[in-house]
Amino acid sequence: MNNKLYGNLTFELSHKGRIGYSLPKNQFGNHEIPADLKRDKDAQLPECDEMTVVRHYTNLSENNFGVNNGFYPLGSCTMKYNPTINEEIASLPAFANLHPLQSLDTCQGALEVEYNLQNDLAEITGLSDFTLNPCAGAHGELTGLMIIRSYHQSRHDDKRIKVIIPDSAHGTNPASAAVCGLEVIEVKSTEEGLVDVEDLKPLLGEDIAAMMMTNPNTLGLFEKEIPEIAKLIHDCGGLMYYDGANLNPMLGAARPGDMGFDVMHVNLHKTFSTPHGGGGPGSGPVGVRKGLEKFLPSPHVEKNGDKYTIIYNHPNHVGAFLGNFAVILRAYTYILSLGKENLKMVGPLATLNANYIKECLKDVYELPITGLCKHEFVFNGLKDKSTGVTTMDVAKRLLDFGYHAPTIYFPLLFHEAMMIEPTENESKDTIDGFIKVLRQIAKEAIEDPELVKSAPHNAPISRVDDVLAAKHPILTYKQLVNDNN
Amino acid sequence: MTYKYFPHTDEDIKEMLAKTGVDSLEDLYAEVPESIKLKRDYQLPEALSEVEIRQLFDKIGKKNHQLTCFAGAGVYDHYTPSVIPALVERSEFLTSYTPYQAEISQGTLHYIFEYQSMMTELTGMEISNASLYDGTTATAEAVLMAKASAKKANKVLISSTIDPKTLAVVKTYAHFHGVELEMIKAKDGITDKEDLQKKIVGNAIAGVVVQQPNRYGIVENYVGFADLCHEQKALFIMNSVPADLALLKTPGELGADIAVGDGQSLGIPMNFGGPYVGYMCCTEKLMRKMPGRIVGKTLDKKGQRAFVLTLQAREQHIRRQKATSNICSNESLMALWVTIYMSLMGKNGIKEAAQISYDGAHYLYDGLLKTGRFEAAFNQPFFNEFCIKYNGDVDQLLKRLEENDILGGIKVTEDTVMMAVTEKRTKEEVDHLISLCHE
Amino acid sequence: MAKVIENLYYSESHEFVKVEGDFGYVGITDYAQHELGNVVYVDLPDVDDEVSTGEEFGAVESVKAASDLISPVSGTVVEVNEALEDTPELINQDAFSNWLIKIQLSDKSELDSLMDAAAYTKFCNK
Repeated sequence: MNNKLYGNLTFELSHKGRIGYSLPKNQFGNHEIPADLKRDKDAQLPECDEMTVVRHYTNLSENNFGVNNGFYPLGSCTMKYNPTINEEIASLPAFANLHPLQSLDTCQGALEVEYNLQNDLAEITGLSDFTLNPCAGAHGELTGLMIIRSYHQSRHDDKRIKVIIPDSAHGTNPASAAVCGLEVIEVKSTEEGLVDVEDLKPLLGEDIAAMMMTNPNTLGLFEKEIPEIAKLIHDCGGLMYYDGANLNPMLGAARPGDMGFDVMHVNLHKTFSTPHGGGGPGSGPVGVRKGLEKFLPSPHVEKNGDKYTIIYNHPNHVGAFLGNFAVILRAYTYILSLGKENLKMVGPLATLNANYIKECLKDVYELPITGLCKHEFVFNGLKDKSTGVTTMDVAKRLLDFGYHAPTIYFPLLFHEAMMIEPTENESKDTIDGFIKVLRQIAKEAIEDPELVKSAPHNAPISRVDDVLAAKHPILTYKQLVNDNN
Repeated sequence: MTYKYFPHTDEDIKEMLAKTGVDSLEDLYAEVPESIKLKRDYQLPEALSEVEIRQLFDKIGKKNHQLTCFAGAGVYDHYTPSVIPALVERSEFLTSYTPYQAEISQGTLHYIFEYQSMMTELTGMEISNASLYDGTTATAEAVLMAKASAKKANKVLISSTIDPKTLAVVKTYAHFHGVELEMIKAKDGITDKEDLQKKIVGNAIAGVVVQQPNRYGIVENYVGFADLCHEQKALFIMNSVPADLALLKTPGELGADIAVGDGQSLGIPMNFGGPYVGYMCCTEKLMRKMPGRIVGKTLDKKGQRAFVLTLQAREQHIRRQKATSNICSNESLMALWVTIYMSLMGKNGIKEAAQISYDGAHYLYDGLLKTGRFEAAFNQPFFNEFCIKYNGDVDQLLKRLEENDILGGIKVTEDTVMMAVTEKRTKEEVDHLISLCHE
Repeated sequence: MAKVIENLYYSESHEFVKVEGDFGYVGITDYAQHELGNVVYVDLPDVDDEVSTGEEFGAVESVKAASDLISPVSGTVVEVNEALEDTPELINQDAFSNWLIKIQLSDKSELDSLMDAAAYTKFCNK
C-alpha cells in the first residue's frame, strides 16, 4: 500500500478535447433524434486520454488495502482468500457473453452452474432447495422474510406480523424486518452472551411470524440451546430464520437445517470466498427446508430429465434474472476446488485460529465472555483503560502496522467492542505477528497513550472529520467546485 | 492434511490446540449438542485441481452458445473497453472491504465520489448514492422512499409501460411493505397522460413511476409529468437507461425527484444477468431519505482533502428497524466499472456510442420494413430498441436466427418482436440479420 | 453529570417541556445531547402541524446515531427553532435553551404523566 495520498479526481485530470476511447465508424447513416426529446445540456463528464485514466485508477488502488495485501480481522465479515482461479472462470467468454434472456437451449451450461450450486448449498446447509436470486446478504434476509410471510399468508394466518430478534443482532436483521412490513421484538441476551430462553418464552404467541438468529451469534458463541429455541418457536407456529453471515465455523461441524432452521441466507462473499469488491457485488442465496420450496421467488432453475429449465413458481420477485451470475460462478468454483474433504476443515481451522488469538491476548484485552468461541470473539477494549485509549484508537494504530482494523463498536452489548475473526486461510505466522502488534499497542496505551490516540501515522491520511462531512455534505464534484468558490 | 488454501501444519495445530486448552479440533465444538453435530462427510465430490477445474468449465462452457446479440429488454451488448477489467481486477479494489476505515480506503472512497458525480451529470440530478443492487430493486427502493417522504399518502401510481420485470419486483416489495400500487394505462404504447391525470388529481398519491425508454423501446415525452405530480404533492420517479441519457432529455431536465435505473448499459458485460449496478439520484431535498451508502468530502486532521462515508445515520447499522432500507453491501466494484467507463468514454464518447446505437437501430428498422415482411407495431419514436410486427411465426423466426448464431430479439407477442442495436453491431451483421428475416 | 433544570417536565425518551401559559417549548435534554454526540442535523415539523403525545414529530441526527423525537405533549406547532437549520450544534452547546418546537398545548393534563426534575434525575441514574 502506498502511504502517500494520491488524492486526485478524474475531473481534475480532464482537458477539453482529449478522448480516451475508440469506436467503429458509424456506418448506419445519420438519423435525427426529435428535438423535443433531446437533452439540453451535455453531461459534463471528464475528457481524458487512456493512459491518464489508467494511471489515475492504478494510483487510486494503491491507497487501498485488500485481503491480498494483509490480514483483515473483521468480525462477521469472513475476509478469506479470494482465489484467482475463481476470477479466471468468472470471466470466461462462454459465460460472460450470455444474454440472460437467451433461449434455454443456448444457455444449458449456465443453468447447470446455477442448479448445481443450489444443490451444493442445500447439502452444505441441510436444507432442501435454494434460490440464487438475491444480490447480497441483506437482500437475502429480505427474501427469506418474504418467503416466511408468504408461507403464513398462504395459510391465511394473517396475524403473524412480528419477528423476534436478539439484541446482539446485526443491524440488517431489524432493518430487513421493517422493509418486509414486520414488527421487531427484541429478546435479551444472558450474561454469557447467549439468547435468554426465559426472556424468550413470554414473547411467544400467535402473532410471531419468525425468529431471526445467527449461530454462532455475533459474539462468536454457539447458541447451544438452539434445539429448545427452535422447538419453542415452532410450537407457537413461527418459523426459524438463520442469518448465514456466521456460517464459516459450521462448515464441517453442523448444518443449520439440522439445528431446526427453516429458512436461511448464505453470504457467498463471506463463507464462499467471492471478493468483497470494496462493498459488493455480493450474493445472498436463500435456502428453505422441505415443504417450503413453492415459496421460493421467481425465476427459479429446475431440471427436467436431463435438461435445465427456468420456472416461475411464485409471484414474489426480488430481481430481474437469476442473481449475480458471475459471483455465483466464483462460489461454485470454490466449492469444486475445496471438495468435500477440505470444506469440512474450514470450520475447525477458522475456529482454532480465533480461540488461539483470544487465549494469547486475554491478559491485556478485556475478554467479557470466557470459554470456547467459534470463528470470532469480542474483546471489550483494553483491560487497562486508565489512560483513556479507546477501541477506536487501538483500531487506528493497527493500521500503522499493515493490518486492517477488526470490527469495532459492534455488537452493541459491549461499549468498547472489538470483534476479531481470523479466517482459516491465515497462517500461524500471520496470527502471531498480529498478536505481537496488539500486545505492543496495549503497552503503548500505557507508556505513550498520545501515540495511540493520534494514530494512524503511517496511512495516506490521518483521521477524518466526519462531523464536518455530515453537517456540510459535499457529495459531487460540482458541489466541491462550488464550495471552493 | 495439506491443502493449498490451508497454511496450518500438524505442528502449528498442535501448538495452537495446546494454547487453547483442548486436545483436538473436534473438542473445539464440545458445546454443540450431539444431536445436531454433523457426523458424516458432505455428499459432494472430492476436490478438483486447477487443471481439472479448467477442463470442467471448458466442457460446461461448450453447452452455452455465444450469439450475435440483437436482444435488449434492459440488458444491452455495449462495448466494454479493455482497460476496465484490467483495472477492476487489481486486488486492492477487488479484495478490499467496505471503506469504513477511511484512512486506508481513500482509493475506494475517491472512485465512489467520482461515480456519484458522474451519475448526477448523466441524470441531471443533484445528488447520487453509492449504488444499489440493480435497476429493479432501485425502483422498488424509490417507491418505498416515496411512501416514507409522503406525510399521509400511501399509494404510488406506476405506468403500464415499465418493464414487467421491474414491475414484478416493485409489486413484491410494495406488497410486503404495505404500499398500494395502481397502474396507469398505456395508449398506443405510451403512458396515457389523461389516465394519470384522472388517477392523481384529488387523490393522496405519494409518487408516480415511469420508464425511459419504456418497455417497448419507445422514447416517451414526459414534459409536464413532473408539474402534474408536484401540484398533487407526489414525487415524480423516472427509471432510465443511463447510456441513452447521453442524448435524451434527462430526469433532472424533466423535473424528476428521483432517478433510478440499471447501469449495465455503461459497459458492463451481459454476464447472464449479473452483477450489474443499480443507481439512484435525487434532489437535495430528499438527500436524507435516500437509501444506500453516500460518500462525502471532508478534511483529515492535517487539513488534507479526503473522502468518507457520510450521512450514515440513515443506514441500517445505526437506524436498525427505523432505517428506510436494509441495504448493506451494494455493487461497489460495478460502480467502479462504470466510473472507469465514463472516465474513458467521457463527455463525447458516451454521445458517440449512443448515436451509433440509435442510428443502427433505425437502419435495422427501415431495412426490416423494406423486406415487406414487417410493419410498424407502434407509431412512436424509439431509441436503440424497437418493437416490430412480423407477418409470420415469431418463434420460428427467432429459432432460425438462433441456428445462424444470432439472438434475434425478444418475443413480445405472437406477432411482435423487440430488437436492439448497439455500437458493437457492424453493418454486415445488421444486413445479414435483415436478409435472414427476409427468407 | 448531565444537567437537569427545575420546573420543567421530562419524558422517558429524554424530551423536556417548558410551559409558558398555554404554550409549551419542547426540546431534548442535556443527557440526550451527550448520548448523541455532535448533532449534525435536525428534522422538524412545519408550523401548523399537529403533534400527539407519544408520537414521533421529527428526528435528531449525529454522526453515530439518529434518534426519533417523541412528543411528550399534544398540540399544534406554532413556532419552529429555525436557528437549528444552519447551526444544529447549538443543541450540544445548550440543549435546554435551544428548544426545538413551540406548541399550543391541547391538553394540559398530559403534563401530569411526565416526570419532574427529581424523578428525571433518578431515571437517568438508573
